Amino acid sequence: MRERPLSPHLQVYRWPLSMALSILHRISGVALSAGAILLVWWLMAVAAGGDHYARFVTCVSSPLGQVALFGWTLAVVYHLLSGLRHLLWDTGWGFERERAQMTGWLVVVGTVVLTAVVWLLARGGV
Amino acid sequence: MAATGKRIVTPLKRVKGLGAAHTGTHHFIVQRVTALALVPLTLWLVWLVLGLVGQDPFVVRARLAEPWTSTLLVAYIIAFFWHMQLGLQVVIEDYVHTRWMETTLQIAVKFVAFLGAILATLSVIRIALGN
Repeated sequence: MRERPLSPHLQVYRWPLSMALSILHRISGVALSAGAILLVWWLMAVAAGGDHYARFVTCVSSPLGQVALFGWTLAVVYHLLSGLRHLLWDTGWGFERERAQMTGWLVVVGTVVLTAVVWLLARGGV
Repeated sequence: MAATGKRIVTPLKRVKGLGAAHTGTHHFIVQRVTALALVPLTLWLVWLVLGLVGQDPFVVRARLAEPWTSTLLVAYIIAFFWHMQLGLQVVIEDYVHTRWMETTLQIAVKFVAFLGAILATLSVIRIALGN
């Protein structure tokens, strides 16, 4: 078959907020799938106890582990808030341009704030 | 799909068994239902983990062994892997267009999702039963 251009022609669009949020929803979803390794590993380590749990704690406390955990938190919060936006859309609410724009920015701001709150609490700060 | 120009087959006959035919919304609905379940479960899990940061291993274990905690953990695990598998399926359908690669990835995702769910659930059961 002859190569034909695929729609939508992403390269000619100026990226509106909803478009960026939409692809981020997918990216965060895929990231969370990879992050499931952390969840499974954690539960296996707790079940095995002893050295296994100690090794898990060492790994997640390492700089690389902390970066992974931070990324996981960010992906969880984003996917949750963006997912709620999708669920609202499923009820038929929020498709108007102003509303979609407003809920989009709410998701962005909410992600930053909630991720910060979770990490402040986790670090024993506040 | 092979060209069908020379075959005397109606389009309806050709798509039978391949198309949506009244089950088309199933994937959509299950994705939403698992999403609904995951909203409170995720909030709960984050809250649970926050309370366990830096805790002694025995404290963590005892906490996870509590009836409601282990129950909700298994609920989370099932909803999570179910939702994950549905989502990854759509991503692969959308972006992977080489037939053998798509099929391999789709099957691999189902297998890994099942394995992850079983590993995690068995771990919770071991914790809950104190072994």
